[in-house]
Order: sequence, then structure tokens, then C-alpha cells
Amino acid sequence: MKGLRRQKQAKTCRVIPGFGLSMGVTVTMLSLLVLIPLASVLIYSMKLSPEEFFQLIGRKEVRSAFSTSIMCSFIAAVVNCVFGVILAWILVRYEFPGKRLLDGLIELPFALPTAVAGITLSKMYADTGFPGKYLAKLGIQVSYTKIGLTIALIFVGIPFVVRAIQPILEKLDPSYEEAGNMLGASKARIFRKIILPELRPALLTGFGLAFARGVGEYGSVIYISGNSARKHTQVVSYVIMQKLNYVDYAAATAIALVMLILSFLILFLVNMVQVHQAKRTA
Amino acid sequence: MEKKEQKKRSKTEIILITVGVLFIVCMLVLPLISVVTNSLKEGIQFYFQSLASEYVVSALGVTLLATVIVVVVNTFFGIMAAWLLTKFSFRGKHILATLIDIPFSISPVIAGLAFLMTFGRLGWAGKYIEKINEALGTDIKIVFAIPGVILATIFVTFPFVSREIIPVLNAQGKEEEEAATLMGASGFRIFRKITLPHMKWALLYGIILCTARALGEFGAVNALSKTRGETFTLPLEIDALYLSGSADSITAAFAVSSLLVIIAVLVLVLRNFVEYKSKKKGKA
Amino acid sequence: MYVEMKDIEKHYGDFKASDHVNFGIEKGKLVALLGPSGSGKTTILRMLAGLENPDSGDILIDGKRINDIPAAKRDIGFVFQNYALFRYMTVFDNIAFGLEVQKVPKAQIKERVMELIQLTGLSGMEKRYPSQLSGGQRQRVAFARALAPNPQVLLLDEPFAAIDAKVRTELRNWLKDMIHKVGITSIFVTHDQDEAVEVADEIIITNHGRIEQTGTPMEIYKTPETPFVAQFIGKSTVVSHYEQLNGFDSVAGASQAVIRPEFVRVSKSGRLEQYMSAAEEGTVEEVVFRGNHLELTINIKGISIKAERSLEKDPVSVGEKVQVLIYRLYIFDENRTYLMENSAMQENDVFYI
Repeated sequence: MKGLRRQKQAKTCRVIPGFGLSMGVTVTMLSLLVLIPLASVLIYSMKLSPEEFFQLIGRKEVRSAFSTSIMCSFIAAVVNCVFGVILAWILVRYEFPGKRLLDGLIELPFALPTAVAGITLSKMYADTGFPGKYLAKLGIQVSYTKIGLTIALIFVGIPFVVRAIQPILEKLDPSYEEAGNMLGASKARIFRKIILPELRPALLTGFGLAFARGVGEYGSVIYISGNSARKHTQVVSYVIMQKLNYVDYAAATAIALVMLILSFLILFLVNMVQVHQAKRTA
Repeated sequence: MEKKEQKKRSKTEIILITVGVLFIVCMLVLPLISVVTNSLKEGIQFYFQSLASEYVVSALGVTLLATVIVVVVNTFFGIMAAWLLTKFSFRGKHILATLIDIPFSISPVIAGLAFLMTFGRLGWAGKYIEKINEALGTDIKIVFAIPGVILATIFVTFPFVSREIIPVLNAQGKEEEEAATLMGASGFRIFRKITLPHMKWALLYGIILCTARALGEFGAVNALSKTRGETFTLPLEIDALYLSGSADSITAAFAVSSLLVIIAVLVLVLRNFVEYKSKKKGKA
Repeated sequence: MYVEMKDIEKHYGDFKASDHVNFGIEKGKLVALLGPSGSGKTTILRMLAGLENPDSGDILIDGKRINDIPAAKRDIGFVFQNYALFRYMTVFDNIAFGLEVQKVPKAQIKERVMELIQLTGLSGMEKRYPSQLSGGQRQRVAFARALAPNPQVLLLDEPFAAIDAKVRTELRNWLKDMIHKVGITSIFVTHDQDEAVEVADEIIITNHGRIEQTGTPMEIYKTPETPFVAQFIGKSTVVSHYEQLNGFDSVAGASQAVIRPEFVRVSKSGRLEQYMSAAEEGTVEEVVFRGNHLELTINIKGISIKAERSLEKDPVSVGEKVQVLIYRLYIFDENRTYLMENSAMQENDVFYI
């Protein structure tokens, strides 16, 4: 079946002009600007022997950076899923003053430079800022801890989840829930049994994107995290940058390679979910 | 009975709206306000003084130059890729689409590293550039120079334009273009008369978003730019000011940040305007 | 022959979209390509237009082989199923597009466009955008746009599919008149036999990538050449044991028969005045009101057949015993169909009661 499909595509004659040109330009630019530089990382890391490679990524600070990045990104992505569903829900289903403003604000993390977000959050949650001052009085320290790190990751991840769910929710026919309502199902039950299954693929996509972004995040986390090896608040990107600054390219590429594999894995899973979703709705 | 139902519903509604709005206020609005108050801590005069410093002016120049080039390159690429992916079917199309999206899910630091490993001292292409320089007596530098800054920024914002226009063109289909081709129209004419009007708002939004990201790129550039006052961009300058630690320079860092915040807010306003416009068109 | 396809083959992987397709169309004729979905009719149209290339075989227009001429240079007008009107252009600009591409002088373009607007009854709508038009008006614009550069051949892909059932009949007549007025050789694709029969001068029936039969609507209706055509055209019931019916003998090799409702006459029990011995007794299984007639399903010796009954006649009800007279049927073997008359009726021709 797959072979059949392929042949069909290959033999279709292309009527609209510009196939050669656009194919040439796209592939050339993609290769020169993205693929070849990435391949350089791969080639360089291939020069390392497996023992070297595992020794480099097995170092304590590297392992701890990976576990910090993955754990904090995971928590942040989960938090974003909860609030993402609430936000998408109120934006789609309810009317209230300031709704348009709220809708517009969601994408602030896309538009705001990460370094700006980073220093601002760091300043806010330091024990001289607001609300850091009051949290400090309660004995909660946010800046320079994993809590701060997670807050920064929540900040950058919000739009991914909301924007993944919103269109699905908009398409979801309210009569669907009304039907459930008429059958006497409770609100919680309707949500759990009718709405959540519809949202699941989009939610997974949003989760995956926010998580992937979080694992690779640099600018917005390095100020608030404090980058202390002792307190395990170094993230992977920071460790790579640190290695680069010490001109330790071997370690930098080795870590980068692991991270690339991780990103590809997430990207692949997200794509799988989307393909699956497209099949289901087709 | 029905009234009670109504009342109950509005209760959940109120709780959900409150939770949502509070979340956004805490996570997004407070930081915005915080940038402004921090930047004005030392008074309005200090604010403008810090913006006028030599380093900041140089960084602004580098940032603008890089942004203009990046946006032009990515817009050109975005249109070509979108045309390819929406108007034709061919083997490997899905893979190509995924490859274009790679920069989205990769740490910007890795982007910087990639160019270091390509054009840097150890990179395979670095040798050729040295040879070219020897042969021609030129002094082309990629890494730790402005070309590196531009390349890294292109990498990070590579899919932005194509990503915005591809869904719009997919929704439109390709029959109109086929019809125009049957009438003998050239590719350029079809693009200008039929495709462009369809996607102009999405294209504009993609360009805006790409601009915002290019202006604010930090991680990738950080790896490739080391000279303050020469190759530093605004985010790097903010970083340098913030990390220098004195209260004054931290305030200056926020003053420079406020510039980028203004741009970010402008982007959001434009985005909503664009969305409103395209929705209106869709209904007509 | 003006438009010809000679031994065209077209595969999509293992799927045969065109299997030795041969046909010719005379100049000025309005021809329907009729067949179920997936029968290869749209592929034929797209190959004629140059939107697809055949694997082998020749396509000729006016005696010239056009296989290697790109779509844009074939001098063909194409009306897409959803019309593919340029959404961001006015009606005028849509119709003028093809002429502008050919760099026709402005004054001439205006003249030609206004002429077409008048012809298609779109006067006063020049400045409207496609989104401000009704389905029928859009079709008229698509038609005018395709005709503007004076093409040799006009191709229409399911021209009525996107239109409300109500307006459809009206538009069929309009399109037929318009094409005959313009006198352009036209081919349209449809899966609706009523549409093909009403509009076309000639019908080409496709099935599984093959051409089953070519002919005028009447020829196709009266003398179906293949089992497929016999079943596809008209409201047909396929019957396995036709030899059990009165007046029909088994023919070797032909194991099935097609009975059309118009071959059947139903009378209330005892009211049949002719051909008593040729008639069958049947039970009414189902009565469906079809607006201007009743559609009956009648069981005769375990065989279910469809019949129609005028509303003017006395109504019959479910379970009622009726007398059924079958005038003729089509029997078929694997390749051919034969018309078979009721033999009992001929013998008893003279019986009058």
C-alpha cells in the first residue's frame, strides 16, 4: 500500500510551475544553513571513541544537568498542561471582559527575548523583588533554586499548550457535550469522558513541544537558576556553554549529541501523535 | 430548576476564569510590569543615558543589521518552502517538512555550537576559509564575528515564516493555481496574483514573529559572539550589563530590555491585528 | 474525429486508472463521461487537460498529437469541480485573467469579457467577488472564464456537484443551451446518469478504467452492450433465476438478468385484461412514495423486482397479491447483454378477454 502511494506521487505530473526552483532553493538553503552545521556536530562527536564519549557524558555535573533539565521541564510541562487546558477552555467557551487581551498575551513568551524574560524573572523572585520579598518572608526561596528554574520553564512553555488545544476545542461541537448533559452525565464526567479524549492528542503535542523547548532552554533559565553545581541547578544548555567557554569542544559536542538525540526523539513522538490524530480525524 | 443549573454553571465559569486570569497575570503581566519599574528605578534621565551608551548603540546596530538580513533570508526561504510543500506532492515530502522544523526543537546553544564546529578553528570549513583568506588576502571571519551572529540567528528562526504560511496555503488547496496554469500564466504571475493575496496576512505575521525572535536571540549568538561593543547584540549587551553586578548596570540592563519589551508588545498587537484581519477575510 | 484518445494506459502504482482507453468525439458535440467514482473518468479528463500524463497511448485534438504539449498551451478551457475561482479577484478580473496572460490589448479584453458577462447573464456583477455570488452564479463565472480565450475544447469536471439540487436542473438546461449556442466541443464528467442523459449529446461510460460503451443516451439506454451498462443505467434489478419467470427460457451461459421498472406492469389482482398466461402472481413487499409515482418491490417466486405505479391508478398496499407482467429483460453472460422478450406474450398475442 505504501509502495503504491509512493509510485502514485512520483508519477503525477506537476502542472504548477516552480517545482524545480522551489525544490532546489529549499533543499540547498536547508542543507547549508541547518543540516550541514548540525552534521558538523555529529562528525566531530564521531571522532571521539565510545569510551571517551561515555566518560564525557558520564561526568557527575553532566548527569546532574540532564536530570535537572529533564525533571524541571517535565514538571513545567505538566503545570502548563493543567493551566493550558483551563486557559484554552475559558478563551474558547466563555465571554468575559479583557478576553481578547488575554488571548493576545498568551504569545508573549514567543515574542519576548529569552534573556529579558530571564533577568526579569530572576529579579522578581530574588529576595529583594516582588513577589520574591514576600515569599522569602515565608521562607520560600525561588531564585537560584529548582523552583525558580521551573517557573522560568513554565513561562516559556505556556503558549505551546494553549495554542495546541485551542483550535481543537474550537472545532469540538458543543452539541457533543449537550448530548452528554441530556443523558444526565455530571460535569466532571462529561469532561473526563467526552472532552478529554478529544483533546488528548493535542494535549500530548503541546506537552511534547513545551517539554522539548524546556529541555533546550537557555536564556530564560540561566539567571534565575543560579547555575550552581552544588545545588544541582545547572541546565544542559548552560553546561554546553560552559564547556565552550573553556574551549572543551569534545565535551560540548558529546553533550550536544545526546541532547540532539533527545530532541529528535521528542520531535518524532510529536509527529507520530499528529499523524495518528490526522488519521483518526480523516 | 433551569435557573439553578444556570447559576451553577456560572460558578464553575467564574472559578475557571479567575484561575486562568490569575495565572496569566502572575506569569506574564507581572514580569512586564517588573521590567518597566526596574528600568525606571534610577529615573528617566538615567534611563535614556543608559540607552545612549556606546556599547548599547553598537549592539543596536549589530542587532538591526542581523535582523534585516535574517528576515530577508528566512522570508525568501519560507515562501519557497511553502510553495514546494503545498503545491506539489513528491517523495520524501513529510521528511522534508520535519527537517525544516528541526530548529524549533533544538537548544539555541547547539545552534551556536554547530556553527563553531563548522567554521571555527576545529571545524572542517574553517580551514577553507583560512585558505581563501590567504589566497585573496582578505580577512573573512565567520565565528566570533558578525557573519556568525547572522548565521546562528538564521538557524534559530529558520522555520518561522514557512510555518505560518503553510497551513494557510494548505487550506486554500491548489486548484486556483492549476486553473491559472491552464490559462498559461507564469509562475511569478500566479504567485503574485493568486497565492500572495491568500497568504499575505499569514506571511506578514510570520515576518513579524521572525523579526521578534531575531531581535531577541540569545543562546545561539552567545556561543558565537565574544566582543562587547563590536559583535554584541542587544540581548548579549543585556546579559553583560546584568552580570556585571552593580545596581546601576542592572538598571541599565532593564532599560535596554524595555526596548525589546516594547517591540515584543508591538509584535503582539500586530499579531492580533493580523489575526483579526484574516478572520474577517475568512468570513467574507 | 476532433478529440481522440488512442489506446491510453495510465497506472497509479498497481491501480489501473485507464485500461486501453479508446474513443473519439466529433467537433461541436457535448459529451458526458459517465461512471461510478473510481472508474477513471476524471483521469481521462485530467489527461486531456494535461493535468496528468498517460503512461502510453496518444491524445489527439484536431488530428494533432498533444501528449507533449504542456497543459497551458493545449488551448483547452477547464471548469473545475469547485470552480477554482480566484477568490481575490472580481468577476471581471477572473474572466479577464486568461486574456491578460495572453497579452491581449486592454480594450479587446474589456469587450470580450463584457460579451461573456452578457452571454452568461452576469450583467451587473462584474465588480463582485466570488464569495458574494451564489453557487449557480459561480458556475457561470467559471464557464465564462474558461471560454474567454476561445479554447478549442471545453472540459468540465462534475460541473453540477457543488450546486443545490433545486437549482441543478435549471442549470443543466442553461449549460446545455449555452454550449450549443457557443458551439464548442465539450466534455464533462459526471457520476449522475440523469445528468448525463439530460445534458449530453453522447455518453461515454467508464468502469474500472475501461470504456464500456459509447453512444447517444437513447442507444445506451435501449441497447446496453455490456452487463455493467445494463445494470448501471436506469433503475435496475439484477435477477439470478430469470428462467423461473413466465415466458423466459434459460439461455446457456447467461445466468443473470436485469429487469428495469419500465419493463414491468403491475395490475391489481383480477384486473389484467391481456396476456393472462404471460403474467405472474406476486406479493407487494414494499411501497415507497417517490413524489410523482409509487415505487413497488414485488416478490415473485422468491425473486424481488422493482416496479413503478402511477399515482393515478388505484393504490396497492403491502401484502397485497398483484398480477405482474414482465415485457422483457436483459440477460447477460460475462461479456455481452441480450434483450429477451417475453415469449409467452408473443404467443398469446391474440388473446383478448
